[in-house]
Parts: sequence; structure tokens; C-alpha cells
Amino acid sequence: MTLPATTPTLLFAGADWDFETLQHTQSAIEDIALNDLKLDVYPNQIEIISSEQMLDAYSSHGMPLMYDHWSFGKHFARDQTLYQKGYTGLAYEIVINSNPCIAYLMEENTMTMQALVMAHASYGHNHFFKNNYLFRQWTDAEGILPYLDFAKKYIAKCEDEYGFEEVEKILDSAHALMDQGVFRYNRPPRLSDADRLAKLAARAKHEHETFNDLWRTLPNVDEPDDEAEVRQAEVKDIKLPEENLLYFIEKASPALRPWQRELVRIVRNIAQYFYPQKQTKVMNEGCATFVHHYIMNKLYERGQIGEGAIMEFLHSHSSVVFQPDFDDPRYSGINPYALGFAMMEDIKRICEAPKEEDREWFPDIAGNADWRMVLKDAWENYRDESFILQYLSPNIMRRMRMFALNDDAKATHMDVTAIHDDRGFACVRETLAAMYDLGKHEPNIQVRAADLEGDRTLKLRLESYAGRKLDPKTKEAVVTHARRLWGHEVTLDEPGA
Amino acid sequence: MNPSHFIDRRKNPKGKSLGNRQRFLKRARAQIKDAVNKSLRDRSLKELDKGEKITIPSKSTAEPRFRLNPESGHREHVHPGNKEFDQGDKIKKPPKGAGRGKGKEASDSGDGEDSFQFTLTQEEFLDIFFEDLELPNLVKRSLKEITSQQYKRAGVTVSGSPTNMNLIRTMRNAHGRRLALRRPSTKEMNELKARLFKLERVAQPGEEEIAERKALIAKLEEMEARRRWAPFIDPLDVRYNAFEPTPVETTAAVMFCLMDVSGSMGEREKDLAKRFYMLLFLFLKRRYERVEVVFIRHTHHAEEVDEETFFYSRQSGGTVVSTALDKMLEIQKDRFPAHDWNIYVAQASDGFTQSGDAKRCVEILDQDVMPISQYYAYIEILDERELEVFADADSGAELWRAYRTFAPKWTHFAQTRIARPQDIFPVFRELFSKSAKEAA
Repeated sequence: MTLPATTPTLLFAGADWDFETLQHTQSAIEDIALNDLKLDVYPNQIEIISSEQMLDAYSSHGMPLMYDHWSFGKHFARDQTLYQKGYTGLAYEIVINSNPCIAYLMEENTMTMQALVMAHASYGHNHFFKNNYLFRQWTDAEGILPYLDFAKKYIAKCEDEYGFEEVEKILDSAHALMDQGVFRYNRPPRLSDADRLAKLAARAKHEHETFNDLWRTLPNVDEPDDEAEVRQAEVKDIKLPEENLLYFIEKASPALRPWQRELVRIVRNIAQYFYPQKQTKVMNEGCATFVHHYIMNKLYERGQIGEGAIMEFLHSHSSVVFQPDFDDPRYSGINPYALGFAMMEDIKRICEAPKEEDREWFPDIAGNADWRMVLKDAWENYRDESFILQYLSPNIMRRMRMFALNDDAKATHMDVTAIHDDRGFACVRETLAAMYDLGKHEPNIQVRAADLEGDRTLKLRLESYAGRKLDPKTKEAVVTHARRLWGHEVTLDEPGA
Repeated sequence: MNPSHFIDRRKNPKGKSLGNRQRFLKRARAQIKDAVNKSLRDRSLKELDKGEKITIPSKSTAEPRFRLNPESGHREHVHPGNKEFDQGDKIKKPPKGAGRGKGKEASDSGDGEDSFQFTLTQEEFLDIFFEDLELPNLVKRSLKEITSQQYKRAGVTVSGSPTNMNLIRTMRNAHGRRLALRRPSTKEMNELKARLFKLERVAQPGEEEIAERKALIAKLEEMEARRRWAPFIDPLDVRYNAFEPTPVETTAAVMFCLMDVSGSMGEREKDLAKRFYMLLFLFLKRRYERVEVVFIRHTHHAEEVDEETFFYSRQSGGTVVSTALDKMLEIQKDRFPAHDWNIYVAQASDGFTQSGDAKRCVEILDQDVMPISQYYAYIEILDERELEVFADADSGAELWRAYRTFAPKWTHFAQTRIARPQDIFPVFRELFSKSAKEAA
């Protein structure tokens, strides 16, 4: 009779967990993540939360602190109902792009799930946040939590001072333009500008000392001259057309008072912070899934987790990366986990065991012994669109049996433009990559002109791609919000309309 | 080396989103109220104290964003799971509105929805339901508060019941006393005993060891004695939490439910009456800290009964409504002095009484009942057919007509008719709505 040699070193057995087990397991995971995969991560802060707290986190973009607004309450009410009626489950984890990297783990998870989730969030996502160029350039992991803290307090203070409704109005309108409140091409300034915060505090003090109710009826008189000058200069610097509507409104709106400009800026900064996440869904989830898959298998190989745990892991892993076919009732588009994971596994395969086809398509990485470097380079320097364009292999297209469709709104039929064969690989790849180009799928609305001297009309224009128009259902409502912030007429042209 | 750390957040205060939830409810107030009133129509009272799933039109709380019209321009997309298509194939588009077509993009977090569904808690539900209702005449009587006793913490005492023992104080006292009296600890004793055992095990003890043994035994005996007269806990140490009765002012109301249970009142009639009573009870409970309910049923004689009997047992006999009023006054004089209690009376009947009795009822009401009560509601429960016959407020059964003549004299008297369960909520709202009262 022989006992399995691995038994004594198992990190855990059974479904229950305690903090000691979590700690051991986390150290084992970290060993693989740092020493084997050579990941580079922010320090981890792992928080255990209950399902109710998970719902709380859902409603505020997953952030640990957020300013108060009714829309978060609305999302909470809906999520709670869906959850309580059993229509949806809750995520196993939420992870925040901050330094330290905060990951929320649900208390209901079994120990195997906790291990999976730690590998996924605290090492996979964490590495991606710290290294991907979009996050490095466009977000400030150090500054986000202090900034949100500032935002929450500032908005609460404004509610005290100017009234709850007034603040709500500005936030409602700014939220409506949130998707148009990001810089796509030029890099935004840093968030936690200590100087600016100090200036704000000084201004608030000044306002308070020189408060005179009479002046409140006049527009903009509470903005000190020197600041108005700086702002005017900034407005002059903006070269039209400008893609960031909220930025333009914040700087140039003739109607907003300084605190209102600050609210618009807060909404804009938060939109900008989340923008990279929208552009890297496939890569971010793919990276995290690849990492958890590698680490869990490694733990099993090393005899640190048992048969039961690896079976449980494989069960949840395969449901995470499940991709229904287009004609399946469960189909709702391509699953970013499935695509990202498949592509990254395939990169590893191309490095380790390339076939003739791979050498032809990926001459620079095929047979490269160091797949870790190749993957890390991809995680660092690409976003979804460019990653797919560069790395989607014929192997994957074949396996997922992809086909490309051309859908003209006027036609009664859709054309199959390409399928997964030699003729179609390049076309399928380009089409799929283009689907992840936000510039083509989010309305691109630009400020064309603002008549600041004359009747102050703000002219907006939809930069149309492929003849697509705005949805009339929401267009007028959003323009109304823009008018509220601008204080004067706002027009929105659509080409060909 | 290990920069990671764990934090247990489960103990954090709950309800982080509560503030935002309140904001949301406030924002959608009007729509939620509509939805609540609508949902009440078919609701049984048993469900009234539960939360409620309601659906409101999403317009009031819409968060519009610019979107591209899915029916414009041309798009290209890639899908997985090809079975039979080849390049150049044409696929007929699914007809509009025929479920999820192939060309349909997954919409973002349900922004396209036309209605919004969520669950209200019981508290929120009742708040909204009773929101613009008011108890008439509340102010006058609620100023006269009743005093009752409530026990409040009042330090510690040396006597009391064992359940109130203050363990921390007791143990602290005991500890101090043990130190002061130098009570040998069990640990010390054990050490000495261990030494003694060791000495005893020596096969041939020397003189020195014998001496030590003797000394040890003597010492142990002394310590035992000391421990006996300085016990671990002495009755002197024991302290109790003290509670003192303090008078608190509470507002209290009594609700008299009067109902005719003679043969003419069937299950249906009783059920309707019960719904009304329960609603009134819930409403009173929200306004008064203490609400007593007295059930009086009557045929040709009246008696006070418990709730179960009141609603579910039958009795045969004639119908003399005034007996119930007499009984009510009797109980009121006995147990609920008018200067201490807010008195509410709800009477349900099918409107028939012995001929001549209606007149007597009016007399009792006019002289004795109305002056002391805050509100008197008379609900006449009709057949649906009867409702049509008595569409006019002036025509009706004997009791109705009799009440009708004297009603204008008392502003806090109300009479109304109910024929269907759906009528209950509207009628209730009508009776207690603020605006109706002001208009009256």
C-alpha cells in the first residue's frame, strides 16, 4: 500500500477556508506568480466581503468609495432584486486598479474558489493593471482612492452649500455625457494634483469670507479674476474640433460656476479612469484567466492542491471560458474570457510547438523559447483591437469556427464576407479586431464650434462611421443635458441627416 | 517579503448603499406611488406587511446616453460557431422584433429597457402607502400623553436577581479582594504539591528532605486554610446591574372593532371588514407607540371576543346594533379613560338592524361616543348588486340613512360602502387623505 506522496503538502482540503489557509495559499500562489511567471504586481490588499457588500460594490462601479447619487441607488435596487429572485449570481470577485491593488473575495466562495480568485484577480488583473500601457499612461493607480475621497467630500460639501437638487442636476447632466468625456488620443493630466487641491481649498475659503448673497444672482462672479484668466487661456488652447465634450464644457461653458465646473471635472476624471478597462476587456480577462489557469495547474502539479480541488477548479474554469455558438439561445456575443484565454494559450503553444502555418503567420514568435516574455510583451503593449489584429491565429479562428458578416441596415440580407478558411482568415481577423475599436462603436461626437462672443451656441457634430446614425430615442434627452451644462443653445448635426 | 495582506470586511457596517437608495426612491417618488397604489388593488392584507416587487416606467429615472442606432448604416461583425456558411452566402435577416437576431449586438447593461423593476422593503412600502394619509384629530389628543414605566439602567447594586449579575464588576471585585487577602493561587498550590510528590517518591529520604517535606505539608495546610476563608468569589463581591423604572410618555390609542356577526354577514362580508380593520390597525401603529385593539361582535347582544372568534366563528340571532355601542362604551369607561387614550372606532355592518334601533344608535353616537372618540368610521358592506341599487349616497339601508342624517354634525365621523376587495384601499385612502379632510 502506498500513500500519495503529495498528501502532506496539500495547502487545504475541503471547502472551508480560514484566514490562515488563505495566507498559506496566497503565498504559494505568489511563489508561482512571481518566480515562475515572473509577474510584476502592485502589493495586494485582499478583502473578504459578504454578498450584500458585493451588491454595494456593484452599484458604485466596484469602487470602495464613491460620491452619492441616486443612479447608484437605482443600480443597487435592480441588482438586489435580480440577485434575490435568483436571476443572476454575483461575481466571485471584484478587483480595483489601485495601488495597493484591492481585490474583494466573496465569503461564500469555497477554498478552491478563493485560490482561483486570488490567482485571477490579485495576480492576473493586478499584473495587467500595473503593466499595460493604457493603464500606465491614462490612469493613476496611486491617486485614484485619494481622488475619490476628495470627490465624495467635495460633492457632499456642495450639497450642503448649494442644495441637493442643484448638485443632482449637474451630476445628471454630466453623467449623460460621460461617454463623451474622455480623451482618446492625447494623454490626460494627472488626477491628484496637490497644488490644485490646495488652490481649491483656498478658493473655498475666499468664497466663504467674501460671501455676499446679492452677488449670487450674477453669473460667474464668484470666480476670481486670475482663475478666470487661466481658464480663458486654457479655452484658447483647445483646438477645435475637440472630442472631449465634458472637458470643453468644463473649461468653456459660459454658464457654469466654479463648483459646477469642479463637479463636471470629477465625472470626467472618473470616466477617463474607466476608459482603459473598456478597451481591454478581452486582454484583461484573458490575462487573468491565463494566469489563474497556469497557477492552479502548477499548484496541482506541485502536489499543493488535491484531486478534488483541481476538479472543482476545472469545472468553474470551463464555465468561465464557455463560448456558446451564434445560434445558441445563450449566445450574447463573444465571451471576452473565452477569446482572451484561447488566444493567450495559443501564443504559448506557438512559442513552444509551432506548426508550419504558425511559422508563416507569426515568424517572429514561432518557436521562441520564452513564451513568458512574449505574453508579457503582449500584455504590456496592446489593447483589444491591436492585440487581436496582431495575435489572432488561424488555429483559433478555425477552432471557434468564426465567420464574418456584413450587415447593411437597408438590405434584407446579410452577407457572409469571410469564414475560417485560408481565403478568409485575414478578413475575419480584421473584422473582429474592428469590433473592439471603441472609436467605431461608440458615438464619436465632436465640438465643431462655440460662438463664445456671439449668441454662444455650441455646435456639436457626429463623426459618422459607416453611415451610422444616433439613436433618436436618447439623442434629444442627452442634448437637453448638454444644454443645461452649456447654458445656451446646443446643436448636434449628423452627416446626411 | 510578503506585501499582501488580508482584511475581513464582513463586519463592516451594512447598508452602504442605503443613502443612494433613498435618493433613488425620492427621485422616482411619483412613479413609485402609482405603482404601489396599483399593486395594492389585488393584494391581500396578509401580504401587506411584506416587501413588494414593483415595476415603474424607467422614464423618470432614465440615464440617457448617446447611442448609435442599430438600424442605421452598415456594420460588420464576427460570430463563432459556423456550421454551414461559406463565403458569399446570403442570410435572410430575422424579422424585426423576432427575438434576438444574429445581427443584434448585446446591449449595454439593460439601458434599452422600458420599465424598471425592483423590490421595496416593507417599511418603504408602508411609508409610501400611508404617505399622504393623516389621522384626523390627532393633535388634540396626542398632547395628552400617557405615562408608562420603562426600565432604564441605573448603575450597579449589591442585590438583585442572578440573571442581572454584572460579571465584570463581580470578577474585578473578587480579584481585588483575593489579592488583598493574599489568597494562594491554584498555580502556587500545584507547584508545591508537585514538589511534595517528588519528595515523597524519594525511596530513602535524607534528613534535609524529611524536613522540607514537613515544612511543605505545613505550608500546604496553611494555604488550604487560607483559601477556605478567602474564597474565590465571596458574596461580598457580587454586583448586579440595577434597573430603575422611569416614567416615559407614550402616545396610546385604542381601536374598537365593532362588527355584526349575525347570519346576514357571511364569510365574504367578514373578510372585507377584516381587511379594513387591519389596514386601520397598521395605520394607527405607525402613528402611536401603543395601540390596543378591542373586538366587539354583536347579534342581538354584544360581547367582547378575541380576534380569532371575532373573524371566524358564527353566531345566530337577531341584529341590534346599539348593543355593540353600549358594550363599547362600557369597556371604554372601564379600561380606556378618554383623557388618556385616543379612541378610534370602526364599525362594519350590512346595514340592517332591528327597526327603531337605528334611531337609538344615532342617539348613543351623538351623545356619548362622538364626543370622546378621535374618529368613527362606519363601513357598510354590500353585495355587488346592491352597490348599483344604492349608487346614490342618500339611499340605503336603515342604518345608513340614519347615520347620514347626523353625519354632517361631526367632522370626524365617516361612513362609506364597500362591495369588493378592490374597494378597500381606495376607500381607506379616501377616508384618511389629507386633502379630503381639509376640504371637509
